[in-house]
Amino acid sequence: MSYIKESLIQLFGGEIKKPAKEDIKPAAQKIHFYKKANPVTKAYIEELHAAGHSNKWRNRRWLTLLFINLLFVLSYQLDIQLLEGALTASRFAGFHMADLNSALQVMLAFKEVVLNLIIGTTTVLIMWILLGGRAFCSWICPYHLLAEWAEALHVWLAKKKIIENKTFHRGTRSVFYVIFALLAIITGYTVFETISPTGILSRALIYGPSFALVWVGVLLLFEAFVSRRAWCRYVCPIGMTYGFVGLVSPLRVTYTPTDCAHEGDCRHVCLVPHVLNMTVKGRAKDVRVDAGADCTRCGLCVDLCPTDSLRFEFKMPGGKKSD
Amino acid sequence: MANDTVKNNKKPRLSRKERARREFIRSIALTAGVVGVAGLGYYPVAKGEINRLRPPGALDEEDFLASCIKCGQCVQVCPVEAIKLADIFDGFGIGAPYVDARAQACDFSCDGLQCVLACPTGSLTHELNYSHETRMGFARLSRPSKCLAVQGKGFKGLVRGAEFKGKLRFDEIDRWIPVPLAEHEFDLDSCDLCMRLCPIEIRRNQCDAGKPPSGDVNQCPPKQAIQLLEIDNSDGSVKMKPEVLEGCVGCGVCEMVCPVEPAAIVIDARAEATV
Repeated sequence: MSYIKESLIQLFGGEIKKPAKEDIKPAAQKIHFYKKANPVTKAYIEELHAAGHSNKWRNRRWLTLLFINLLFVLSYQLDIQLLEGALTASRFAGFHMADLNSALQVMLAFKEVVLNLIIGTTTVLIMWILLGGRAFCSWICPYHLLAEWAEALHVWLAKKKIIENKTFHRGTRSVFYVIFALLAIITGYTVFETISPTGILSRALIYGPSFALVWVGVLLLFEAFVSRRAWCRYVCPIGMTYGFVGLVSPLRVTYTPTDCAHEGDCRHVCLVPHVLNMTVKGRAKDVRVDAGADCTRCGLCVDLCPTDSLRFEFKMPGGKKSD
Repeated sequence: MANDTVKNNKKPRLSRKERARREFIRSIALTAGVVGVAGLGYYPVAKGEINRLRPPGALDEEDFLASCIKCGQCVQVCPVEAIKLADIFDGFGIGAPYVDARAQACDFSCDGLQCVLACPTGSLTHELNYSHETRMGFARLSRPSKCLAVQGKGFKGLVRGAEFKGKLRFDEIDRWIPVPLAEHEFDLDSCDLCMRLCPIEIRRNQCDAGKPPSGDVNQCPPKQAIQLLEIDNSDGSVKMKPEVLEGCVGCGVCEMVCPVEPAAIVIDARAEATV
């Protein structure tokens, strides 16, 4: 239960406080106690990272993202009709699929729901429960890929001290979530769809370029030069919607503190570093801790971790609980 | 990391409270900015300048924009590619489908209203089964003096020139493959293209001949959509005037095939029958 509670706090933009000693399981306390007595040296950390790391998960993810978006494009352009529509709603081999956030906005604006939309939404809901909620963001959303490249530029510029990252309060996304929901209900228009880079990009890829791409360009420039990953971190309600799905998803990134050197590289590459708070020394409440529902399951931390302390895990319902 | 920042930064490091205050102000600015940009989308729809011809079965404009999920599945199934998606200039109407009749009208080549069947949200109402049940708009002879029939003229050649991309289905040529108008010449003593190519009139003629579309008598439109009335024959040449009738569904074929520039007959999007 505390997983859901803490995930919700993170999704809405709150911070999880350092756990009190009595909240930490004895086995984890033992690890923390041992580590306090045997601090790792800088040389040890350098040695850990000397071999570099693989990009296994990132490559798999990029390929998947490109493949799915290409499938949309080819289904129309070459008329292979396997995945028709756009990311907002589609048919896969004839079966209805609807993006959860787009469907939500339509339901709020229109205030009526037809059966096809219920079918499409339910299918996609079950799919993303199994595949890990916000995995939609990092494995499917075309804006995410462009934003990753803009982010690489941002990080390089920041390293050279040419720019300084301007952060926003993470709670801003919750405010946007409520505002866009209210706007849909009150105006009766799917207001968010007007500026959604996900929808704009998906349609531009499939049906040809549009002037709306200028807006996507503006967002990317803002992220490259002003605020790192601003759209995904502080604005996008799609991420929030899939974040809620992630609350009940068995597919999670799991942390085992035993061998962790606490160098914190994972948090530096992470889009949502608050979900990796448990990797801070002394924070893990148990010997197995799951990353919160805001995690996009992108696998950058899994690729990076030299001690295998972060791993993908699919928890079978009713399976053995970690102790 | 923190030490580096202190060393290289000439400005004094801000207090935690001050940083939080600035972040809060920035967050409000971001909220206002993004909501403001999204709000700009209201301008085109509020101004009422967006008066698009929507695909068959589209709900009332407000309900249509509310329910449309902007996926373009209707675009993909249309055999004559009549449906396009609106760009950001349509504001809240971005990504919603429309028909530019002059460029490519809906000719109901599909018979089964594929766009309606493809729509996942009921924006194009599923209560519609046949082409004659739609009302996308209503045709109007907007420039009678330019109309070749009114002038008593015939028409010979390509209706829109050799460069025109638009297509139409001609049952007698191929039931399934629409023909580019640029490949289909006409030779008419008196121009009657708007009536001759009207999908509703074609269906009525097929039904009269005992060959309803797809062999389904339900496809037969009960009402006439357009007729040509003789207005004058005093100087030897017969002058005819197109008259739009209640059966017109506003598909836009007459507007597309009208050979004068700009078209003498146009569709008023979402207009109801005026007869």
